[in-house]
Amino acid sequence: MRMKLDKQQYQQLLEQKSPNSPLWKDCLKAFLFGGAICTVGEGVSNFWQSRGMDTADAAAATAITMVFLGALLTCLHLYDKLAKHAGAGTIVPITGFANAIVSPAMEFKSEGLVLGLGAKLFAIAGPVLVYGISASVIYGLVLLFMGGGGAA
Amino acid sequence: MNWMEYVNAFWVGGAICAVCQVFIDKTKLTPARILVSLVVLGVILQGVGVYQPVVDYAGAGATVPLLGFGYSLAKGVAKAVGESGLLGVFTGGVTGAAGGIAAAIVFGCLFALIAKPKSKS
Repeated sequence: MRMKLDKQQYQQLLEQKSPNSPLWKDCLKAFLFGGAICTVGEGVSNFWQSRGMDTADAAAATAITMVFLGALLTCLHLYDKLAKHAGAGTIVPITGFANAIVSPAMEFKSEGLVLGLGAKLFAIAGPVLVYGISASVIYGLVLLFMGGGGAA
Repeated sequence: MNWMEYVNAFWVGGAICAVCQVFIDKTKLTPARILVSLVVLGVILQGVGVYQPVVDYAGAGATVPLLGFGYSLAKGVAKAVGESGLLGVFTGGVTGAAGGIAAAIVFGCLFALIAKPKSKS
């Protein structure tokens, strides 16, 4: 579609599309969307606890549920629309982790189920697991040498 | 009484996201690096004993951001090292985060399979 714009309209459009929106506005949106997702998580956690799970089990079940929701919304192309506005508000919660897994896998599905979907599934999950698990092993070693870990 | 936990989850979770937004806007950190940093930071914060009080206060506001993934890795390791020593160093982290990891892989695979390719816009 070709549009005819006068200077003023062009300026407006430029400001609208410009990626350098003010920091406080980005932060406010990240705060609101991120907070909203965490509030949903709290509701999910309460739901699982009301089904008789203890806090720890409910936390794990909540992580699974939120990953499910994030993957579902990504699959329906809704999460990316949300992410355009929410920035870190949709990247930082675990739903964003699910999004980072499904998105590249969807995109590279056409390159095959093994090296396309299967490999790209880990494009971001891979590094997260590599450094996350490595950090946990280092922490475990520190605990071991300091005399045996806790019951935490 | 009950609604306060939702307020706490909202503002703590939102605050974590807002801080990360500053890093995205002001530095060259890509989302992938943010995610990796958050998981490692979660392990460290739980390791030095800072994160458990945040989780107790904010619930999902602390466990839903990816810091919480590091938190469950660290918590799993601490438990496993206490129970089975050196073996626990290796088994604890993944055990603690097993649900999230398996869910991410299985649901990721499933939804990527059934997704319709994006129409060019």
